[in-house]
Amino acid sequence: MSGPSSYVPKTGVERWLDARLPVVRMMHGQFVEFPIPRNLNYMYTFGGILMIMLVSQIVTGIVLVMHYTPHADMAFNSVEHIMRDVNYGWLLRYMHAVGASMFFIAVYLHIFRGLYYGSYKEPREVLWILGVVIFLLMMATAFMGYVLVWGQMSFWGATVITNFFSVFPIVGDTLVQWLWGGFAVDNPTLNRFFSLHYLLPFMIFGVVILHVWALHVTGQTNPTGVEVKQKSDTVPFTPYATVKDLFAMVVFFALFAYFLFFLPNYLGHADNYIEANPLVTPAHIVPEWYFLPFYAILRAVPSALGGVLLMFGAIVVLFFLPWLDTSKVKSGSFRSVWFKAAFWVFAINAVWLGWLGSKPAEGWYVPAMQIGTVYYFAYFLIILPLLGLFETTKPLPASITDAVLSKAKTKTVASGAGQPAGATAAPETKG
Amino acid sequence: MALFSSRMIKRVLVAALVAIVPATAALAAGGGKAPREQDWSFAGFFGTYDTAQLQRGFQIYSENCSACHALSRVAFRNLMEPGGPEFSEAEVRAIAANYFIEDGPDSFGDMFERPGRLSDRFPPPFPNQEAAVAAMGAYPPDFSLLAKARAPTRGFPNFVFDIFTGYAENGPDYIYSLLTGYDADHVNPEGELGHYNPYFVNGEYIAMAQPLWDGMHVYQDGSPETISQYSKDVSAFMMWAAEPHLNARKEMGFRVMAFLLIFGSLVYMTKRRVWSTVEH
Ligand code: HEC
Ligand code: HEM
Repeated sequence: MSGPSSYVPKTGVERWLDARLPVVRMMHGQFVEFPIPRNLNYMYTFGGILMIMLVSQIVTGIVLVMHYTPHADMAFNSVEHIMRDVNYGWLLRYMHAVGASMFFIAVYLHIFRGLYYGSYKEPREVLWILGVVIFLLMMATAFMGYVLVWGQMSFWGATVITNFFSVFPIVGDTLVQWLWGGFAVDNPTLNRFFSLHYLLPFMIFGVVILHVWALHVTGQTNPTGVEVKQKSDTVPFTPYATVKDLFAMVVFFALFAYFLFFLPNYLGHADNYIEANPLVTPAHIVPEWYFLPFYAILRAVPSALGGVLLMFGAIVVLFFLPWLDTSKVKSGSFRSVWFKAAFWVFAINAVWLGWLGSKPAEGWYVPAMQIGTVYYFAYFLIILPLLGLFETTKPLPASITDAVLSKAKTKTVASGAGQPAGATAAPETKG
Repeated sequence: MALFSSRMIKRVLVAALVAIVPATAALAAGGGKAPREQDWSFAGFFGTYDTAQLQRGFQIYSENCSACHALSRVAFRNLMEPGGPEFSEAEVRAIAANYFIEDGPDSFGDMFERPGRLSDRFPPPFPNQEAAVAAMGAYPPDFSLLAKARAPTRGFPNFVFDIFTGYAENGPDYIYSLLTGYDADHVNPEGELGHYNPYFVNGEYIAMAQPLWDGMHVYQDGSPETISQYSKDVSAFMMWAAEPHLNARKEMGFRVMAFLLIFGSLVYMTKRRVWSTVEH
């Protein structure tokens, strides 16, 4: 995307380094010069937010490990030791626990942004797939992190989730014993989950680097879905994206801080303040909120194997999305009202499935879960493939610049104020 | 102490939504009856513990509940720390000295008992869970975390309003409702040995007999000596035991929010300035 580097090393040290390892030049290219579409809205700020949240989880996690003991007899006590006796331990632990929820809020918004603006379409298929890989790794990491607390929900959640694997014919039981390192969730399980919970975030970090690399090859999408065609379609990353992302981060941190300081246990489950007890099963075993839609899909069908396959299928289908959506028009804003309706029903359905996920699989909840599951899959497997073939889309603007300037013109006409549109066509040439 | 009453806001929100939300959806799933909500000094965004109340609550705990319920994660020194009951050091030393702590082994290899010190934690009334069950018929749960471990889930739409009102007192509301929720006139069905209490999470019969009665404990500060007051005080004390850094947390939260507001406004103005020359 970017042309020749405009980086000029200023000091002797920078010149010395630049001739040997041009890492500053690379960062300059990626985060200063990198051209971004000028018409991005706030839905495009979640990537940066996710990056910060990953760093926050890793930093708080590493400090937690300095005080945490991964042993079935001591894990719960050590978490309480962090909460009570370690200086600002409560802050660390709540930052990590609430931070995980915030991480998921951000990733879900990021994914829905992609679904609406067609971010997964050619040429960004690999970028999208890397994103789904990150999502999967995040789910595995969060699940195993939750087990580390070794409360009742940790233990029973782990029991339920690992038991999924027992439904596979023939190999199932062996597989589950191999996962557990024994015949039940116990100390060996806790130890391996601890090891993996420490490892996976760094794997996520690696995949994030690939994700950003792929992004900087294809460039970002934008709300029009029309690719960048000329220089005036873009603005340089710094200062334009830097300052806007920073503002979005501050707003996001305010939400984070609100839960962290005033409702730190709102997103958690009370039973996890009871130490794990293999002899007492909680009345309702529910996973963390961010797994609930998938938990509803799991329990929608009476067959255990079917449920497990559907649940995994709900993620697997995302990998194929770039080829399932047949529409040539990327942005949902320029697609038919049918697309918009289908999309928003999908979004509402996801939240609805989440609520159902917190309910027991009985009574009218079951048919509701089934309808929700059917729509979830129908959206990807029926609606998106067919809609692209039949719908009439709106005419696309000739370029991003065109779209922006015509919008500005209507605004100027409407308000009778504003700046002359022509004066802003080449922002980077102005002071 | 709360800046504005969370219940007032909730009433407004409820009034706005009743028209849309079917009444049946509000029925939460699960065992006990919905707890009765109380006014707590530590509720809301600026609420903090009431030191005098925590001291009274500790009095109830030590004179009554400690016969059966442990408090093993709380150390004596915690009783004098800021944001807690804040007894004086001399008072806490005297409290600790009332307990016998097993220590050792000494130079003969024997365990011995000595009076408690500031750094010791409250010793449990029973050597282990089995001993407690054998004596009581059911295990009296440890109080250290109970106020956070009993937070009845609130059905739709309450759980949505709670985000805005900042309601996080499900635990103490539950304990208060349980302690004041016994019904002396209730006649047990044949063969039922428990005590009727509709608020109990594990069914309607609880193994614990009503522990508090009017006039049972003498308060030095002139607070009413009623079941209701005792229950409130001990519930507040249990909340502190479960969340000892609540005051510090909210104070820091206020500072962080203030910082984010100011910093965010500055960043926003910078952002406006930077983008002002670019149609977007
Ligand atoms: C004579 C022993 C005894 C005394 C004294 C006692 N309790 Fe209990 N308590 C029990 C037992 C036994 C249980 C377990 C009940 C069950 O599981 O059915 C229990 C359970 C509880 C519970 C938990 C209910 C639940 O949700 O599981 C609370 C709260 C409680 N007691 C509060 C108190 C308070 C507060 C006091 C002091 C004012 C107190 N208890 C005094 C024996 C006692
Ligand atoms: C992708 C990033 C991460 C996510 C999503 C994540 C998620 C979680 C979650 C959900 C919990 C349970 C929190 C609770 O309920 O208390 C947890 C606990 C824990 N995590 Fe992480 N984590 C991440 C990274 C890390 C890293 C990098 C480390 C260590 C280097 C770490 C160390 C711990 C420890 C020690 C606990 C147990 C103590 C506690 O509960 O606070 N985490 N994690």
